[in-house]
Amino acid sequence: MEANTFTFAHPPQKMCLESGAVLGPITIAYETFGTLNADGSNAVLVCHALTGDAHVAASNGTPGNRPGWWDAMVGPGKGIDTEKYFVICSNILGGCMGSTGPSSTNPETGKPYGLSFPLVTIGDMVKAQKALIDHLKIEKLLAVVGGSVGGMQVLDWCVRYPQSMVSAILLATTMRHSAQAIAFNEVARQAIMADPNWNGGDYYQGPKPDLGLAVARMIGHITYLSDKSMSFKFGRKLQDKSDFSFNFEADFQVESYLRHQGKKFVERFDANSFLYITRAADYFDLKKQHGQGSAAKAFSGSKARFLVVSYTSDWLYPTFQSRAIVAAMKKNGLKAGFCEIDSTLGHDAFLLPDSRLSPLIKGFLEKALP
Amino acid sequence: MITLQKPLRPDLAVIANWVEPGAKVLDLGCGQGRLLHHLAQHKQVDGTGIEIAEAKVARCIEEGLAVLQGDISKEVLDYPDNAFDFVILSQTLQQVYDPAGMIREMLRIGKRGIVSLPNFGYWAVRLQLLATGRAPVTKHLPYQWHNTPNIRVMTIKDFRLFSQEAGFLILRESFLLSGNKGLTGRTIRFLPNLRATSGVFLITGSQKNPAT
Repeated sequence: MEANTFTFAHPPQKMCLESGAVLGPITIAYETFGTLNADGSNAVLVCHALTGDAHVAASNGTPGNRPGWWDAMVGPGKGIDTEKYFVICSNILGGCMGSTGPSSTNPETGKPYGLSFPLVTIGDMVKAQKALIDHLKIEKLLAVVGGSVGGMQVLDWCVRYPQSMVSAILLATTMRHSAQAIAFNEVARQAIMADPNWNGGDYYQGPKPDLGLAVARMIGHITYLSDKSMSFKFGRKLQDKSDFSFNFEADFQVESYLRHQGKKFVERFDANSFLYITRAADYFDLKKQHGQGSAAKAFSGSKARFLVVSYTSDWLYPTFQSRAIVAAMKKNGLKAGFCEIDSTLGHDAFLLPDSRLSPLIKGFLEKALP
Repeated sequence: MITLQKPLRPDLAVIANWVEPGAKVLDLGCGQGRLLHHLAQHKQVDGTGIEIAEAKVARCIEEGLAVLQGDISKEVLDYPDNAFDFVILSQTLQQVYDPAGMIREMLRIGKRGIVSLPNFGYWAVRLQLLATGRAPVTKHLPYQWHNTPNIRVMTIKDFRLFSQEAGFLILRESFLLSGNKGLTGRTIRFLPNLRATSGVFLITGSQKNPAT
């Protein structure tokens, strides 16, 4: 593993964003795993979801190394085998894990951007990733892989840079958010913005909107699980007590779990980044942005091989949304595999260790390799 | 994958023989991808499969095949006209709710179709019904009336007549008497509706030029 940064769009050559605003310089934090082969044909780009980072895997099994967010999939001998493939993962534009985002210092003012940071889109994130891939002198990626909001980036890659990729793996993702998905994101954003510490996004010198961000994370977590997985994991079990407290402590295990998740999250994540990234995900609309309203048209320039995977219990991005992606590929005569994995784990299933997803990805990538 | 070492099921061997090298093929109800794998290896076929069972789909994808999970009756609707050179439906028509609609879709999205089906007119089936007065259970059709997936009971003769009603042409036929649990088969030419356990048909739409 190598942790690196790449900076581009130095003024005056700032990057033009989809919103019309310009931004620069832009730094992208990235990590690479494995070795790029001589003809550069084994590079796999992994796109992380809402709150991920470049650290997709622990490095080569070094003891004491920080776990990666997708250790179940990426590593020596795993589904995405780092002994075979050169794996790249970068923190998204607008994030807070080393790449330029609202918590970064604006070189023009010497202060954090806060809300003066321009709105970025999934397409802007992908353009920044492409700049990184060019910088790494990779002409054609063997595969672009991602789940959830990471899958949106993969979809954008497919239509924006069809010549630069051989294959695409789309996990638990969608071409656009449903009203329900936007609604959950909006409640999460409102929780942050209602926290007095948020202070219009200008909180970097003082106390942070931790309470609001924690609530936002709690809402998110509910949407990543399923009724079944919550019933199985928590049911109505009480936390370290045999009866109700008759006050508002965390009586139920599920309450305690959500509070813990919220608390853990604020230590590592910036509230403004949460606002920006959820907004980008809500704005994403592949049909509208690339197909004049038609999904089939959006993929008309694509030549990639596709693997699409959905989960039966994912109600945030339900299977019918993956099927819509597959239908667009069928209309364009594109080679695709699609599997709906039976799981009770909800949207988060793609991130969790599972004996079924790894062999699918392994077999698919082997076929894509020249 | 051990199953790939076994010989092809006899009707699949006939189908594989009829498919032209390099053709674009859609296999409806492809199972674990036995035929698609064979066609890719031996005929450089650009193949796609549709299968409803997750475990079978997963097996196909692990083998590098392009297989989509879904119900064949619905999945065929997305494809544009003439998207494939061959659309294959092996040993599945008897399980389809709307056979005429299925064949119409097959011949819309494919230039030609290949259908293989079990022959309920086979003499042992007829004899069993006559002798026992019960719904026949044979080694080729091993199900009881209440657990069979075969919701349509048809014979080779029925399928020929059906081609006229449903408006498609049969370009080629092959009839098989299978033995050894369906793993081997020999071709039947004389009285196939009585002596064959299955039939394989190459079909095309009556509006289509069979040469294209």
